Amino acid sequence: MTAPAGTRIDDFVTRLAGTVGWLTTPLLPDDYLGLINPLWSLRRPRGRVEAVRRETRDAVSLIIRPGRGWTSHRAGQFVKVGVDVDGVRHWRTYSLSTAPERGDGLFTITVKAVPGGVVSTHLVHRTRPGTFVGLGRPEGDFVLPRPVPPRLLFVTAGSGITPVMAMLRSLVRHGAIPDVVLVHSAPTREEVIFGEELRTLARQFPDLHLHEQHTRSDGRLSLSRLPDLCPDWTRRVAWVCGPAEMLEEAETRWREAGIADRLHTERFRPVVAVTADAASGRVRFLPSGQEADADGMTPLLIVGERAGVLMPSGCRMGICYGCTARLRSGRVRDLRTGREHGEQGDIVQTCVSAAAGHVEIEALR
Amino acid sequence: MQTVSTADVEEFGRELDKIREEVIASRGEDDARYIRRVIAVQRTLEVGGRALLFASVLPPVWLAGTAALATAKILENMEIGHNVLHGQWDWMCDPEIHSSTWEWDLVSPAGQWKHTHNHLHHTWTNVLGKDRDIGYSLMRLSPEQPWNPYYLGQPLYNAMLAPLFEWGIALHDLEIERLVSGDKSWGQAFTQFREILRKGGRQIVKDYVAFPLLAGPMFLPVLLGNLTANMTRNMWGHTVIFCGHFPDEAEVFTEDQIEGETRGEWYLRQLLGSCNLDGGPLFHLMTGNLSHQIEHHLFPDLPSNRYAEVAPRVRALCERFGLPYNSGSLLRQTATVWKRVFRLALPTPVGQSAQVDTPAPATAQAA
Repeated sequence: MTAPAGTRIDDFVTRLAGTVGWLTTPLLPDDYLGLINPLWSLRRPRGRVEAVRRETRDAVSLIIRPGRGWTSHRAGQFVKVGVDVDGVRHWRTYSLSTAPERGDGLFTITVKAVPGGVVSTHLVHRTRPGTFVGLGRPEGDFVLPRPVPPRLLFVTAGSGITPVMAMLRSLVRHGAIPDVVLVHSAPTREEVIFGEELRTLARQFPDLHLHEQHTRSDGRLSLSRLPDLCPDWTRRVAWVCGPAEMLEEAETRWREAGIADRLHTERFRPVVAVTADAASGRVRFLPSGQEADADGMTPLLIVGERAGVLMPSGCRMGICYGCTARLRSGRVRDLRTGREHGEQGDIVQTCVSAAAGHVEIEALR
Repeated sequence: MQTVSTADVEEFGRELDKIREEVIASRGEDDARYIRRVIAVQRTLEVGGRALLFASVLPPVWLAGTAALATAKILENMEIGHNVLHGQWDWMCDPEIHSSTWEWDLVSPAGQWKHTHNHLHHTWTNVLGKDRDIGYSLMRLSPEQPWNPYYLGQPLYNAMLAPLFEWGIALHDLEIERLVSGDKSWGQAFTQFREILRKGGRQIVKDYVAFPLLAGPMFLPVLLGNLTANMTRNMWGHTVIFCGHFPDEAEVFTEDQIEGETRGEWYLRQLLGSCNLDGGPLFHLMTGNLSHQIEHHLFPDLPSNRYAEVAPRVRALCERFGLPYNSGSLLRQTATVWKRVFRLALPTPVGQSAQVDTPAPATAQAA
C-alpha cells in the first residue's frame, strides 16, 4: 500500500522544513510562513472563520476553512477550538455540524451561547468572518458505524442536535436515509437549532420521523414517553446527546431494558459534584515553578490558565484525557464525584481535578 | 542616602501593588495585538534585511540591509525575547509567545538565561555576593568588591565585552566562579556547556555559513552584514543593559541589609538599584523598554508596553515619599557607567571603601 499523496507531500514539507530550519533557527519555518498566512502552519493547525450563520437567537454556525494539517472528520465527532477572548487563548470542544462529504473543504461548528460562558458568548455574539481560531484534530467515537444500521434512534436536546445534524447530513449526502426516529427538545419552536432544515428533511424523506418537544409549552421530555414516541426503541441503535440529567436517565433506561450496548451518548458539560467546604491550597506547576492559589473547587486546569501556565487541555469535562498532568505531591479532588485521591506520580485529569490542599503538578513530556 | 520611615516604605509598597493589580486587571486584546505586531514587524524586517543583503551589489543596499537586520535583531532580543522570557505575555496562554517555549536569536540558551537572570538577578538585584550581574564576575563595579591588579584592565575588558556580549551572557550563565568554589558540579556545567555549544553552533552556522553560502557570489557582503548586525545588537544591548544598574547613583546592598526584607523594602531596593533612560516611544521600543528599568524591576512580569504609562505614576510616588528616581539621557548614563569602570579599575583609597550607600531599609530599621 502506498501512502496517500497528501501524506507524501507533508513528509516532504517536514523534511524541507528541517533543512530550512538551519536558516530560521532558533525559530521554525512555520513561524515565518504563519506571518504570511496563518493557515499554512503545520505545527499548530488553524482555521479561518469564513462566515457566521445565525441559527437561532443565541446559536450560530461558524463556517471554518481549516489550514494545513487538518484531517477530515467523521460525522458526529468533535474538535478542540482555540479562541482568543480579550487577548487570552481559550480552548473548548464543539461538535462539527457538517458532513465530511461536503466538497468545498470547509466545515462548521455550531455554538450555543451558554449564559456566563466566556467562549460561547464570544463566538455567538462577537465573532466576525476573517477571525482565526486554533484547531485540534477531530476526535470522539459518537459516530455512525459502517455499514449504517437499518434502524436508528436519536434523542437530543438543545445544542445536542449538532453531532446528530452532521450524521443526518452525511446520510443525506449518501442519498439513502435509513429508518430514523429523531426526538429533539428545545424551549420553543424558534429555538430549535437547524429547525427549518430538519423539518424540510422530514418532509423530503418519509423514513425520517421527527418529534419536536417544545419544553416551554409541552413540558420537559421524559424518557418514559419513549415507548409512545418510538414503540420499537429497544430494537434501534440509539445516539443520545444533551444535558447530563438526560444522559443519566437514558443510561438507566437502556441498562434496565438490558440493551446498554445499543446506546451511544455524548456529554456536553462536566458533571460537577463538589460545591462547598473543599480544602484550598497552593498549586505549584512544574517545570516552570509558577505558583497560584486554588480554592478546592476550581479545576487545576483553570487555576493554571489564570496564572498564565501553558496547560494542555481538551474536552474540559473529563473524557478526552488531553489535559493530563503528573501529580508530584499532594492530593486532588475529583470534581465529578467529590472523591479525594492521588498518589505521588499519578496521572490526573486537570480539567476535573481540584487541589485538596497544597499540590505540585508536572507537565507530561 | 534615604530617610524613609518603615510605615512609608510599606505604604510605598502598597501603592505599587495597587498599580500592579490595575495593569493586570486591564490586560487584554490591545496588549495582545501589540506584541503580535512587534513580532510581525521584527520578522518582516529580518526577512527584508536578509533579502537586501543578498542583493547588495551597491554599498547603500548593503547598508540598508545590515541596518534592517540589526534593527530586527535588537527588537528580537530586547523588546520580544527578554520580555517574553520574563513571562510578561504568559497570560495570553499562546504557546507561540510563552516563556516556557520561547527561544531567542542569541547564543545563550533561553532556559539557562532564565535561571541566572529572572531568578538570581531579579530576586537579588544589586546585592553583593548574590547578584552575579554586578560586574558580571568580570569587572569591579562596586567599591565593595575587593580590588586586585586584574581589574586594572577592566576598561579594556568592557570594551571587548560589548561586541561579544551574547557570548559573555552565555558564559556568565555557566557560573564559572561557583564551579571553582565547588558550589556547582562539573557534570552540571558540562551539560550546560554542551547546550551552549549546540545552540551557539546553530547560531554561527546560520549567520556565518548557511546564509553566506546561499548568497553565492554575495558570500562576503552577506557574511559581513550578518557579523555587523550581530555586533551592533550586542553593543547596543551592552550599552542599554549597563545603564540599568551601573550609573553612578545606583545603589548596592549587602546581604546583611536585606535580611528579613519586607515586600515594601524589596520594592525600594529595586527602585534604588535601577536607573531609567529618557527618550521617545521609538527609543523605548529599541531598548526593549529597559529604558524603564525601574518599572521593569518593580514589575518584571508586566507587559513591557505598559511600563511607559506606569512610569509617571511611579515617579509621582517617589516624589511623594521623597525617594530618588534616577533617570537620565543615554549619553549621560553611559558616561557615568564608563566613569565607574575606569575609577574602580584602580584600588579605592583607604577610608572610602565603605562607600556603599546605606539603603533605606537599614535606615528604616534604625528609625
